[in-house]
Amino acid sequence: MEDLLTILVRGVAQGSVYALLAAGFVVIYRATDVVNFAQPALMVLGAYFTALFVRTYEIPFPLAILGSILVVGMIGAACERIALRPMVGEPPFSAAMVTVGVFLVLTIVANRLIGSNVLTVGDPWGLDTAVLAGGVRMRVADGWRIALTAGAFAGVGLFLARSRVGLAMRATSLDQEVALAQGVNVGRMFGLSWAMAGGLAGLAGMMVGSGGQGVDNTTAFVALKALPVIILGGLDSLKGAYIGGLVIGVAEAFTRANSAALTGYVGANVDVVVPYVIMILVLMVRPYGLFGTPEVQRV
Amino acid sequence: MTERRTSPIGNRRAVTLRGRPELYTDYATDQAMLNTPAKRAWTALLVVGLLAAPFFLGRDLTSLLTTVFIFGIGAIGLNLVTGYAGQVSLGHAFFVGLGAYTAAFVGNEPTGSLRGLGLELWVWLPLAGLVPAVVGFLVAPIAARVRGLYLAILTLGLVFIGDHVFKEARTFTGGPGVGRRAAAPIVGGLDLSRRQEFFGVTFEGADLFYLLCFVLLLVAAVLARNLARSKAGRAFAAVRDRDIAAEVMGVPLTRTKVLAFTISSFYAGVCGGLLAITYGVIEPASFDLLLSVDFLAMILIGGVATISGSLAGAAFVVLLPRLVQTYAHYVPGISRGSTGDGLLTVFQFEGLLFGALIVAFIVLEPRGLYGLWLRVRNYWKAWPFSY
Repeated sequence: MEDLLTILVRGVAQGSVYALLAAGFVVIYRATDVVNFAQPALMVLGAYFTALFVRTYEIPFPLAILGSILVVGMIGAACERIALRPMVGEPPFSAAMVTVGVFLVLTIVANRLIGSNVLTVGDPWGLDTAVLAGGVRMRVADGWRIALTAGAFAGVGLFLARSRVGLAMRATSLDQEVALAQGVNVGRMFGLSWAMAGGLAGLAGMMVGSGGQGVDNTTAFVALKALPVIILGGLDSLKGAYIGGLVIGVAEAFTRANSAALTGYVGANVDVVVPYVIMILVLMVRPYGLFGTPEVQRV
Repeated sequence: MTERRTSPIGNRRAVTLRGRPELYTDYATDQAMLNTPAKRAWTALLVVGLLAAPFFLGRDLTSLLTTVFIFGIGAIGLNLVTGYAGQVSLGHAFFVGLGAYTAAFVGNEPTGSLRGLGLELWVWLPLAGLVPAVVGFLVAPIAARVRGLYLAILTLGLVFIGDHVFKEARTFTGGPGVGRRAAAPIVGGLDLSRRQEFFGVTFEGADLFYLLCFVLLLVAAVLARNLARSKAGRAFAAVRDRDIAAEVMGVPLTRTKVLAFTISSFYAGVCGGLLAITYGVIEPASFDLLLSVDFLAMILIGGVATISGSLAGAAFVVLLPRLVQTYAHYVPGISRGSTGDGLLTVFQFEGLLFGALIVAFIVLEPRGLYGLWLRVRNYWKAWPFSY
């Protein structure tokens, strides 16, 4: 039982990172109808800047997180302005391919910055472990992952639901032309949504690099697991991103914990495939994910 | 046939000779693949030039061009499903890999723990296409349920699942880190990758394989072009442009999508079987997401929904690394080595350029290289007038 809970907590923590990345996808998709394949690269940049601020400039860790969120947010907004703004009105697939190009460029920039070593972000938690009530062991970093993700989701949700700018963003995602007619600066909303997604990716990058894990050249590809998460939850649902992230994270953690028993049937490292299998199974039943809005189709 | 004979303007050929090459008096000429004299001339020139090329080029460039042809077959396949039928597939690399391993399984003798059938090229090449086609046929009904970007990510899942299967099915694939030797191109006891003599003329192995791939590419391109202008091709375009409208007009949606996926997978498989030979030894890691992105870049840079564009894109993407490596020393701050002291290594610069070019093409010329060619052509067509 204790083991089960330990695995569960670890899965929820890992899922929180996925959920945070997925939230970036959802924010951009809702505003611009584009799936931003560059999100993983922004995440790696987030880890890099956190490490840079903490280790080179010796800024306190919480401030460094804020700094890296700001910097990556600005990089996101810059990408939108340079590469994505000309794509307004083009088919979504073309715009998605532009983000693939941005991903390739940013990944190389990030790899050049990080170098060939594993980069740890310099978090104060390291490999510390806390024992909770009931004998459940939990890494301190995992606790922060769960808490910060819940906080970030609450923040983004409140911002979209309550603030004036959030209202303008929701109006933009509902109908760009109508929003424009009501006096919303649609272009600025696009930039803002990319900045928000960049900030979320920056936070996620810090989390991926924390807890003694570190970031290297291959981390960006690991982050592609946020894609099954958003499909599972539905491309345009923040709630879906959170629940989808936790489902995928927990499923992955349990598969990994039982990998020895499973190897005989489905081979080693099956936890890598599990998110995609879940995604395909869900798509067969619900083509728009669990919480996604079915598209209204007209001739 | 009788219609043409009784045509009021008389013989089709005579009309062409009178200097009005674009006057079409019947549907057959209008629908012809090479419907203008310029196209016929250019194509003939290109075919003859490429047939003669291996005898003048070095071994190195010959094999590079062979790779272009092989990727061309795969790019045409992706263009059929993504360009013509509008179903974005990020899973092309999976079908390419499946074709490569089918070819290796059918074409190699069993060695050690690896299974094999040891058959010749005329068996393994069709099978390399057919097995992925069957898998594509089975997967397509699921894929036909979802649209747009959901589909793109669904097919992305295929790459990861395929990668896992390739890694685990060790008796067929050799597993990660070990890999498996590609099937040899043997036809009727003649190994096309070794030096052979025909009618007193000695052919190098690389040249023979080049010619084989070129002929296969020609066949693949003509068949695809033919498909695109047939009933099925028009159904593809209708589904791409507005699937609901297509369904209302009586185009069977699922059947059309399944057909597009099946044919595309066949092309991908043939491409994989041949590609394996240029790789020599194939590993599961060769068929990852980046290969899918390469294929998508080929059709986007070359030109969506054009066959010639697919070929131009394949040539561009395959030749780009070579061009960069040759000319990188003119760009300041690029180091030649893999760890160098410059601002960027050659490989990083190449990747950077690749990503930037994808963005630039989609933003500036969405029709790709084909669109650039159209601009040049229209300029000279209207010359000396600039409209």
